[in-house]
Amino acid sequence: MLSVENAHVTFQVAQTKKWPWSKPGIVHAVNGISFQLEAGKTLGIVGESGCGKSTLIRSVAGLTPLQAGTVQLDGETVDYRNRASMQRLRATMQMIFQDPIASLNPRMTIREIVVEPLAFFKPDMGAEERNTAALAMLERVGIPPAQANRFPHEFSGGQCQRIGIARALVAGPKVLLCDEPVSALDVSIQAQVVNLLKELQREMGLAIVFVAHDLGVVRHISDDVLVMYVGAPMEQAPASALVAHPQHPYTQALLSAVPVPDPRVRIAPQMLEGDLPSPLNLPPGCLFESRCPKAMPKCGSARPPMVTSGQHRAACVLLEDMSEKEAALTH
Amino acid sequence: MLSVRNLHIRFRTGDGMVHAVNDVSFDVGASQHIALVGESGSGKSQIALSIMGLLAKNAEVDGQILWNGQDLLATSQREMNRIRAQEIGIIFQDPMSSLNPYMTIERQLTEIVEHHEGMSRRDARARALEVMDAVRIPDAKARLRAYPHEFSGGMRQRIVIAMALMCQPKLILADEPTTALDVTVQAQIMQLLADIRQDFGTSVVLITHDLGVVAGFCEDVVVLYGGRIMEEAQTTALFEQPGHPYTRGLLRAVPNIEDPSDALTAIPGSPPSQHRFPQACPFAPRCVDAVDTCRDTLPMLHKGRACVRPVEELT
Repeated sequence: MLSVENAHVTFQVAQTKKWPWSKPGIVHAVNGISFQLEAGKTLGIVGESGCGKSTLIRSVAGLTPLQAGTVQLDGETVDYRNRASMQRLRATMQMIFQDPIASLNPRMTIREIVVEPLAFFKPDMGAEERNTAALAMLERVGIPPAQANRFPHEFSGGQCQRIGIARALVAGPKVLLCDEPVSALDVSIQAQVVNLLKELQREMGLAIVFVAHDLGVVRHISDDVLVMYVGAPMEQAPASALVAHPQHPYTQALLSAVPVPDPRVRIAPQMLEGDLPSPLNLPPGCLFESRCPKAMPKCGSARPPMVTSGQHRAACVLLEDMSEKEAALTH
Repeated sequence: MLSVRNLHIRFRTGDGMVHAVNDVSFDVGASQHIALVGESGSGKSQIALSIMGLLAKNAEVDGQILWNGQDLLATSQREMNRIRAQEIGIIFQDPMSSLNPYMTIERQLTEIVEHHEGMSRRDARARALEVMDAVRIPDAKARLRAYPHEFSGGMRQRIVIAMALMCQPKLILADEPTTALDVTVQAQIMQLLADIRQDFGTSVVLITHDLGVVAGFCEDVVVLYGGRIMEEAQTTALFEQPGHPYTRGLLRAVPNIEDPSDALTAIPGSPPSQHRFPQACPFAPRCVDAVDTCRDTLPMLHKGRACVRPVEELT
């Protein structure tokens, strides 16, 4: 359904303590991310703030230019510079955002907000028909049609996120990109929105990319999880396998720090020492080397590729060694 | 040490009174860690602000906040300044907006002790270095000259904690200290707060919405909803047998990473409007166990829970 191959995103920034005419610095925000996603499945993307997870999906949606890499949607390669191709992309792929209130136009009623995508993507639909479809969609996400003439500020954060979901799904896309959709919501409301997304996915056969920093939520909604660090993939695996047997040292550290809501359980978080590499000047070796508790001299020489080990794919020399041993054993 | 008695906080707003905190009482003892848990609008942050005397101008406060027997609500501004500096510290959610971007870290740390304890610049600097070591900021000497923007989010939160520690307070109010931080950094900051109790015997009131953080850190929990206490208990007891339908709902709604079950159990409905003083249980409209009595009487806190239904009958 959606396939992203070797995506790179870079930004130019003025370097401090240099002359205005000096060459700008290049921030490497996303460094070689690939994933495939089938209809009806959810890919969770996790990582710490600043790891490029939001930038990645914004560039897939065409909101930020992709420096290199290809995106295929429904078997067709997306050309981000071609108007017709972008039109098809927007009809197939929609997005919901982190701040539910800021992502709705405060001067439009929610009826207008949800009708607008239909006017754009389904021009042959009559006005009456669009209105009925929009009201049905609002009702489906749990907003009573009687409230359709209200403005966004009259709704709570959770309700605004429902309206955002209705707007994204009303024209029947096949892929939904979610950028931290529940992190601004309270726990009790967060569960409502996560459950709603799951139901809608089942009804509409949606493929969902779910970006979040909360591993508990991602674990719940995702089939597959991709762990990112400084814009690069560290590990990808089915959600249950990732949580049960994390293979990459970074995933292990990340999971060890998740607080468990049970006072009998004492978590033993692995403290990561050291600094993150600067995205302006990436080291040649593994990006996690500077903080990795298991780093070895050879980690600094070359960036480890993603290797498959059972259900996991991870970029770590430790796994390379293991898969070499396995290969040697089978031969 | 700290005793909050029948605290009410109301705000006069353009569309009438907002009853943010209604009849809240709790105590904090020496080197005790207690959590105030609730969702947005539960009044948990307003309680912290009222203890520090930092409420907005349109607030009306009733009740008593006793600090070692002295009512902070009746204390002069001058005396409050001393208490804020030397006895009670506060840590806010967003470390960047609690630091002054135009001042070096050194100045922000030493200002407090120079002003309130009349310490010399040199002694204050020595204290600042000690405190920066205590919050595990590496290379403290060189970093004293740095400005807030030169630090990462986790480091900034350490500096804010260091500021709170400068005068060796007896109580720290931590208002969502890790909400803006990543899990790995969150674990480090919570570990740091636990170490501070060991080293200095400081009590902490942790204000949070995250039950996961509470479980590993506090002995006692107060659960708030709609500005009222729903339940108060020891942490272990609360997690083992939550006695209030709201606490039960909240515990079920938290996605537990180790529990692979499919759907999350959400609490239906949305948070209450606080324009009227509650006449009934504020949670009743969303409660699965609500009966008619819940909708027309205000349950009082009895044996640590404010619910008319007996625990055994709850779902």
